[in-house]
Amino acid sequence: MGEQKAMTIKGNMATAMGAKLCRPNVIPAYPITPSTLFPEKMSEFVADGELDASMINVESEHSAMSACIGASATGARVCTASASQGIALMHEMLFIASGMRLPIVMAVGNRALSAPINIWCDHQDTIASRDSGWLQFYAENNQEGLDLMINAFRIAEDERVLLPAMVGIDAFVLTHTMEGVRVPAQEDVDEFLPPYKPSHGVLDPKEPATFGSFGTPDYYQEFKHAQVEAIEKSEAVIDEVFKEYKERFGREYNKVTTFQCEDADIILLTMGSMTGTAREAVRKLRAKGEKVGLAKLTVYRPFPAPELIKILSGAKGVAVVDRNISPGAYGAVYTDLAGAFANMDERPLLKNFIAGLGGREIFVESFQEIYQKTKDAVTAGEVKEPVEWINMNEDVMR
Amino acid sequence: MTVKITIGAVNRDHGSSRIYKTGGWRTMRPVVDLEKCISCYKCYDYCPDGAIKKLDKGITYDFDYCKGCGICAKECPVQAIVMIKEEK
Amino acid sequence: MTKEDLELFASGHRACAGCGEGTAVRQILKAAGPNTVATICTGCLEVISTGYPETAWEIPIIHAAFENSASVAAGVEVALKELGRKEGVNVIAFGGDGGTFDIGFQALSGMLERGHDITYVCVDNEAYMNTGIQRCSSTPYGASTTTSPVGKLSIGESRPKKPIAAICAAHGIPYTATASIAYINDLKKKVKKAVETEGPAFLHVFAPCPTGWRHGSDSTIEIARLAVETGVFVLWEAEDGDICNLKITQKPKKRKPVKDYLKSQRRFAHLSDEDIEHIQKEVDEKCEKYGF
Repeated sequence: MGEQKAMTIKGNMATAMGAKLCRPNVIPAYPITPSTLFPEKMSEFVADGELDASMINVESEHSAMSACIGASATGARVCTASASQGIALMHEMLFIASGMRLPIVMAVGNRALSAPINIWCDHQDTIASRDSGWLQFYAENNQEGLDLMINAFRIAEDERVLLPAMVGIDAFVLTHTMEGVRVPAQEDVDEFLPPYKPSHGVLDPKEPATFGSFGTPDYYQEFKHAQVEAIEKSEAVIDEVFKEYKERFGREYNKVTTFQCEDADIILLTMGSMTGTAREAVRKLRAKGEKVGLAKLTVYRPFPAPELIKILSGAKGVAVVDRNISPGAYGAVYTDLAGAFANMDERPLLKNFIAGLGGREIFVESFQEIYQKTKDAVTAGEVKEPVEWINMNEDVMR
Repeated sequence: MTVKITIGAVNRDHGSSRIYKTGGWRTMRPVVDLEKCISCYKCYDYCPDGAIKKLDKGITYDFDYCKGCGICAKECPVQAIVMIKEEK
Repeated sequence: MTKEDLELFASGHRACAGCGEGTAVRQILKAAGPNTVATICTGCLEVISTGYPETAWEIPIIHAAFENSASVAAGVEVALKELGRKEGVNVIAFGGDGGTFDIGFQALSGMLERGHDITYVCVDNEAYMNTGIQRCSSTPYGASTTTSPVGKLSIGESRPKKPIAAICAAHGIPYTATASIAYINDLKKKVKKAVETEGPAFLHVFAPCPTGWRHGSDSTIEIARLAVETGVFVLWEAEDGDICNLKITQKPKKRKPVKDYLKSQRRFAHLSDEDIEHIQKEVDEKCEKYGF
């Protein structure tokens, strides 16, 4: 195995370097804060001859995803990057990419959605596209951003899967923050990720195929069912690929990663960069003798229900911290988790906390508060307030 | 026709629309008088359905697909084609 | 049998009897040949030709959505080049008038501006026909559609047709042309020229719709021809976006009155003599600009 070069780089650079190591052929992209550094870096790699690929500097995110679809259907390995409004604009095309079973990989700088316009971090953009049929990965730090890009290509292109994947890194907290990462050697990534050779067809006059058929009610539901079967099959593929990645590169990934969960009464469930803060809170609470643990969701789609049930069933209470909100309902992770537990006889009390919207800070103290509120509910034996918002600025509220 | 679904609805069975006979839509039927036909093949060119076949001299219809639109009769420069009521 | 006898747009497609688009696509593919990859828009063309498990296409095609035939084609073209498979292969992006003039206009402009080696073909039947004859920026003045209906207070469509080919040419692309299904040789010549041109080409193909224009299914070609003979639709080509030096490729010896064209279709049936006179005047002015 080649040496992994140590570098201190921004999150966007980490996902760009991860993508570059995967040797994409075509990179259609449109700049948007906070992801812009990704297409900039990819353009530099191409301009300097470090990456044998073509950028397509499209005129919108809708066209970015459209060009991704055209290029992927032609047999190219394709990646792009976007965020927030850009993902909203390409929303229509996300469903078409997955429906056509095209393993496009997108790096996302997770950012809030307008209005009011806001460029800072939350997960609303990718959560709003959770039903688009894409695999979704969320990174805690820049190293994870880089590694997950490489894993995403391998998983997406697996014959059993053939679905697009997005890798989220939190706006500014990761996209623009310098962190130390280890960068795998090109030859090792080449061994890990063979060239993309789609067997379900490519656009080629030698073997004419029609992509994007009109699916009548006689067939549509079966197509959707097959697509869902593929994302279900990806569960095992993700485990296999993560395992192989650890063997080759030494870093361990799991759909759900636990910290001090074994004997925990209360478990905090997090996604993305807030996890580091939560871990610190758990350490402090443990030092005070509190039986608290932390579970980090790295893979959000497919939703790892069996893993979560296994990890969380023994706890008395689970605090689900959602950096998103479905207005009129709950945070997305809470909803999914409640669904996973719906038919279980033994289940912990679930409490939902909405935090960190539009770049609102989440502090160690925030998690201490979240812990305390969940503990209180457990002590009371009931959840009076299923959804609570954390770190509200009471001074500006009407 | 019922077939198994493919991955991503990719259809490699190119030209398979031919299994569907649009001739059944016809209410009028073209009849060509090959004596009059000058083999200019304008009818062939204009046919939206590819339902006219060129012969060395003249043309013939593929009534599996001819929808009976009547463009061929109207565009024939020597009035060699007439439309008659389709008898089923 | 010659290469052009190959039917690359197969019979059995579900276009209405007398569909102008059927003739257009069939002939365009004959001219372009089998070494072609095409993208198509959501709309009539997709509905009539791709109903799973059938396809009318003998060439590889991809339909993704309504507004992005041009940007999907951009991805195809760049991928073919990157994978070393572009040599000798044409990329054609098909769009209807809705997918070109309206919802796909931005993607089209981007594709043309970036200089992709793509022939964009707009098959124009002057309204949203697949959804049931709604007005589009391609709909001509005076036409009654379901969203620009004639009424006590309405003449039908109140705005003139958007000059899409001139707008595309103004991008400075190497080749732009207008064509008609009534002039097959001219159409095929232009298709060949377009696909042989290095870089983007734009073809605006006039193709009547019996269902939407409300004329007999046998009159599609006759009406397309009348549009040219009256000067309603002018056939021209331009190189390198030089719209000041258009080449008129079909100049009617003596222009027929616009009335002949308008009276052939029931979408114009409500127009009064004054309305027709007004349209005649506009056409006269346009033709004068074109120099005939």
